[in-house]
This record gives sequence, structure tokens and C-alpha cells, in this order.
Amino acid sequence: MELRFTDEERAFRQEVREWIDANLPADTRERMASGRTPTKAMQVDWQKRLYDKGWAVPHWKVEWGGQPWSAIKRFILSEEIQSTPAPTPLGFNCNMLGPVLIAFGTEEQKKHFLPKLASLDLWFCQGFSEPGAGSDLASLKCAAKKEGDHYIVNGQKTWTTLAQHADWIFLLVRTDPGAAKQQEGISFLLVDMKTPGITVRPIITIDGAHEVNEVFFDDVKVPVANLVGTENRGWDCAKFLLSNERTGQARVGASKERIRRLKLIAKEAPGGARPVMDDPRFRSRLTDVEVQLKALEMTTLRVLADENRQLSRGKPNPASSVLKIRGTELQQAISELYVMAAGPYGLAAPNDPEADGRNEPDIAQDWQTLAQATYFNWRKQSIYGGSTEIQKNIMAKAFLGL
Amino acid sequence: MDFDLSEDQRLLQDSLSKLLKDKYGFEQRKGYMASETGWSRDVWNAYAELGLLGMPFAEDDGGLGYGAVETMIVAEQMGRSLALEPFITTVVMGGGFLRHGATAEQRADLVPKIAEGKLLLAFAHTEVQSRFDLHDVATSAKKDGDGWVIEGRKGVVVHGDTADMLVVTARVSGARRDRDGIEVFLIPADAKGVSRRGFKTSDGQRAADITFDAVKVDAAAKLTGGLALVERVADETIAALSAEAIGCMEAAKDLTIDYLKTRKQFGRAIGSFQSLQHRAAEMMVCLEQARSMAMLAAMMASETNDAERRRNMRAVKVEIGRNARFVGQQTVQMHGGIAMTMEYAGGHYLKRLTVIENMFGDMDHHLAALSEEGGVFVAA
Repeated sequence: MELRFTDEERAFRQEVREWIDANLPADTRERMASGRTPTKAMQVDWQKRLYDKGWAVPHWKVEWGGQPWSAIKRFILSEEIQSTPAPTPLGFNCNMLGPVLIAFGTEEQKKHFLPKLASLDLWFCQGFSEPGAGSDLASLKCAAKKEGDHYIVNGQKTWTTLAQHADWIFLLVRTDPGAAKQQEGISFLLVDMKTPGITVRPIITIDGAHEVNEVFFDDVKVPVANLVGTENRGWDCAKFLLSNERTGQARVGASKERIRRLKLIAKEAPGGARPVMDDPRFRSRLTDVEVQLKALEMTTLRVLADENRQLSRGKPNPASSVLKIRGTELQQAISELYVMAAGPYGLAAPNDPEADGRNEPDIAQDWQTLAQATYFNWRKQSIYGGSTEIQKNIMAKAFLGL
Repeated sequence: MDFDLSEDQRLLQDSLSKLLKDKYGFEQRKGYMASETGWSRDVWNAYAELGLLGMPFAEDDGGLGYGAVETMIVAEQMGRSLALEPFITTVVMGGGFLRHGATAEQRADLVPKIAEGKLLLAFAHTEVQSRFDLHDVATSAKKDGDGWVIEGRKGVVVHGDTADMLVVTARVSGARRDRDGIEVFLIPADAKGVSRRGFKTSDGQRAADITFDAVKVDAAAKLTGGLALVERVADETIAALSAEAIGCMEAAKDLTIDYLKTRKQFGRAIGSFQSLQHRAAEMMVCLEQARSMAMLAAMMASETNDAERRRNMRAVKVEIGRNARFVGQQTVQMHGGIAMTMEYAGGHYLKRLTVIENMFGDMDHHLAALSEEGGVFVAA
């Protein structure tokens, strides 16, 4: 057991830090540091720089643009990106679809799509959830009927994150409505968002942001060559994708950055008789979250270091379920601390630096107006990607044998 | 970074696990607990034979030269069995004071005796008023020729009733809560003026209230290091206690899962109820978070930067406490009435975990200190 980073790992962290400092555009850094999500242009520009450096998809197989790195080295890169903070490579492309194509795709699909996923030449969104299929994903109804060389897709997807930016969508559709088990009649399709019959309608979430959408499919023609894996075996791809999703969701690096920032903010934040940071109750709550985050950081490293043995065991490390559950809880807890730090000036709704175009001074400081919006937005974290309750069902079945 | 045990470490784990399986059934444990010492000499001798009692000492001093990871392995196994012997007090705490604060002559004299199981140590520090503050010491040490005279009272000295030698903190100068002026003395338990009153702790172990009434010791009794030494050994002890807590939690979780699978109510196993499944899953989350911190503790026990070590160890103690409380309480809750009885192991895990939570600083103590010191993630 050796629980310290090696000299080589420490040197690599330094190299990453310097490279990010030299390459991350100032406006992107500023926007990220304010707690906002990057614009599409910022995301694309940054991911292209990572791609050119060979750092966009280090976890992929080397032949498809990955790096022959240890899990710990990959962790260091991703932690440095998150803690700068810089945009992380688009999850739909790099963590979801890419690994699915590498595992299930045809040679043609891999050759055509993988480089474009890594470079973000194509922006993919995820078409899984439906109005009637949330946690019970396998009950989905969006249907695809084969007619000659095409599937004809009809139905609706929802909660489609950043569909407004997307060039393509990966889709779970029902291809065999008569299958004995509902999981058995599902297929995995890739669909060009420009295909006639697709309508994207924004959903405005409680923070006032346009992040998610409804997507409607009305007789949308999809070439059969865009089927991933075997027809009616799409659930295998979906399960594979969802189990890959978990490790990244701890987002320890991002949480550490948010905490460091909050400490600086709270030192200046008015708290009546003293700055908020000098209120022992606030500080104790903050420290309590830090402690849990430290534990989560160690748990993340344990899961990563165990990766090779996991593969041979064919069974995830029990500690991996912790990552989604505690990772999202802690991100939410940090967003609550920002709300506390902002106090009454947190009541002001956020300014949109692009849309507003006015030149009066702001009512409140930027971070104050974003505190509640972020808090509202981050309630989603314990819901998406398998809710906390679903994670516990999975744990009870897989690890506890209940 | 590597979280695997080495071949030798695995062997250590296996041989101790076998020994405890053999000697630490729940009924056997009850017998040990009811004995006069409150633990088993027979088991203690078996530890000595396995080499456990000389583990952390340098080979030159008559030890095995093992590190904090080995201590973690051993303490975790002992936690699983709720072992009662004074391993942590003698080997980790007493041993820590000798390793970091004693002279080569003292170590040459004492370490072989500890390793053979013939010398027991206890740390006499806590006082009526001190709560968890390591620097709050009223007991005094006054210069007396070349030696010292110790005067004061120490409470809740774990395994202090059976110890042969006491490690005692006393103030040579300054006011009661000054950080400066604290020294550490090695005092034979049968020295003139030492009186001990043994008592049971809430988890069935033993401790003593000890009075030092003009106890004369020679100059060599004073170890080197003062408060910094105390803090260092306290941190090593937190690491060992954390590992013991992991053993307790793991065993309590296993016991609970088994019970959920076998206990039937309303015509079905109670583990089929989702509210209990989710609670069991949460127990597992708590256990894994705690395990991560016990590993961090093993790594940090040998950290030479004092502030860095303290900061991390405080975080460890907070997180172990939080999760130990949840796992301990839910072990009882999910079992129902049966875990409320002395006849069943479940409740004993809650008892031991509660004691660990309240040794060397509880959650509030360390949270307050940690936030005072700038938190966990300080600017690099």
C-alpha cells in the first residue's frame, strides 16, 4: 500500500497546470470561475485544444486517441481541469457515446465518429428519458420501425441536455414492442439532428436557465447503418453507458475549486458584526463539507486504483456506488453554503452578462445573484444519471444481496 | 498510488484473523470481559507469539520495524472481534511514546519486554477539566534535585488498572492551558504515591482513575518532546482507533445484512422492504467513506509536517465519528429488539463505536479546531 502520489505523478500535475494556464482563454476562465457553464463556442474551442494536445479522451483505447496512462494519471488531468476551473470535455461525447462505440460500434462507425467525438466536431446529446420513462428507463415508448434501409422514428424524448447545441443525438428506441421483457425490445440509434421531423423545444428549469429540452420525432428517417450494436440489444449499450457514468460524477476537483472560492468570497461577504467566514457556525458547516469531500477524494482514488482488478473481476468496486451518491450530495451541500454566504442579496435573480445589454450597475455582486440559481439548478444532480434512490436499489441488489 | 496489501501484509491479516476466529467467539469474549482484568492473558500471549506486540518498534530496538499500514490491519481485525486486550494502549500509544520520546537505553530495556507481552503501558493524560484539549494539563512536575515530583489526578486512563508503567503528562511551567511547559514522564505503576481505582468502561473494557501524590521520579523518567510528542502519539492513536472502528463497522454491517436476509415479518424477509434496503445501502456508503479515511490516517500517521498531519487526522476523526455513529445506530435499529440485549453482538458494536467516537476528540472538537486552522483544503 502506497498512498502518496509518485514524483512522476506530481510532475505530471505540474505539467498539466502549466499547460492549462498557458492555453485556457481568459474569458473562458473568467466565466467558469463565476460559476456559469461555458458557452458553446468556449466549450468547442477548449475541447479542440485538449484534443490537439491528446488530452480530450485519455481513457479511450490508444488506437482511438486514448493515452496509455494509469487511472491515477487520468484522475490528475481531470482534477486539474476541474479545479482551474476549465470546461471538462463534453460528457455525452467522451464518457458516454465514445466508450459505447468502442465496445459495440462497427469499424465504420468507429472510424467516422470517434475522432469527431473527441475533437467535438460533432456535438452529441443524449436521448434516453421520456415523459413516461424516467427512473424506469426500460419502459420507454419512442418507437423505430424498420422500412427497407431506414428506421422510421416516432415519439418524444425529454430532459435532453444542451440539445439546442447538438449536431447529433444518440437515442434509445423501441424496435420490438412485442418482446417478452421490455428491456429486450430496445435499440440504440445515432441520429442527425438536422433530419426532417425533429423538433427541439426548450424547457426552462427553476433556476431560469435553458439547459434541457424536449425533442419530438415525427416520422424521422434514420439509416440502418446508424444502429449501434445489435437490433433489440440496445439495453446492453445503455447499461454499459450508465455504469461508466458513475465515477465521473463525484467531481471532486470541481467541488474543491468551489470550496476554495467560497472561502475567499466568505472572507469578504458582509455578515453583520463580522464577515460571514468569521461566523463559527458557517465555518463549521463549511469544514464539515470539506471533511466529507476529503473522504470522497480518497474513495475516488480507491475506485480508480482498483480499476484493473475490477475489469478482471467483471464486477464494480462497492466503493464506486458511493461516488454518485455522496458526490452529488456534497455538490448540493456546497451550493447551499453559497446561498448562506449570500444572505439577503442572494434574493436578486442572476444577471445574464450576454443577454442583458444594460449598463446600470448590478443590484448585487455576481456570485450573490448566482448562489440561489446554482442551488436550484444543482437539485438535479441527485436525480439525473440514476437518482440516489435508484443507486441504492442497485447497491442493495448488487453488493448487499437484498 | 496503490491501495493493495503486500503479500506479507495479507499474511499478517490472515494469521490474526485465524487466531481471533479461534479465540474470540462472542461467548469466549464474554468470559474474558467477566474476568478480573477484563481481557485475556492467553490471547495476549498469542499476540506476542504472532509478533504483534513488537510490530511498530525498530528492529534495532527488538521490534519488527512495521509501519502504520500494519497497525491498521491489526487494529481492524481486532475491531471485527471486539477484542478487549490493551493492544492500542500498550503498543500504539505506549509504544509511540517510547519510539519518539525515549532514549536508546530506555528502548533497549523496555521494547523487548513489550514484545514478549511482559510489559503493559497506559497513557495517563485526561483530567477532570481537560475534556479533549491535549494542552490542558493541571498535573504538575516540580524539580526535585535531578529528578521530579509529580502531583495530580488523571481520569479515564484506559487499561490503566492493569498497566505496569504509566505515560503521564505533567506541567513543569506555565498556566493550566498554556501550550508550553508540558512534559511527558514514564512512571512505574507501583511507584510510591501512585494510587489507582479501576473501573469498567461503557463498552465493557477497563480504565482507571489515578492519583499521583508526591510521586518521585528520576531525571531519566522525562521523555523528550513535550506537547508535540503528545500530539504525534495522539494522531497515531487516532489512526489505530479509526482502523478498529472500520473493523467494528464492517462486522456490524455484515451482521445486519445477514439479519435482514433471515429475519421474517409479515411473511417475508425484512430485507425485501425498500426502506431497510436503502438504509443498508447508506450503511455501506458510510462504511466506504470511513474506510477511505482510515487509509488516509495510515498514510498520514508518518507525515513529518506536524500541521499537515494534524489537519488530516482531525478530518479523519470527524468522518470516522460521523459514519461510526450512523452504522452503530442503524445496526441496532434494523435488528430491532434483539440488538438491545447484552446477549447479542450487534449492540456491543454500537457501544465500542461510541467509545471510539469519544476518545481523542469527538466530531465537534475536531471540526471546531479544523475550521479554526483554515479547513481541510488550504491554499497550496
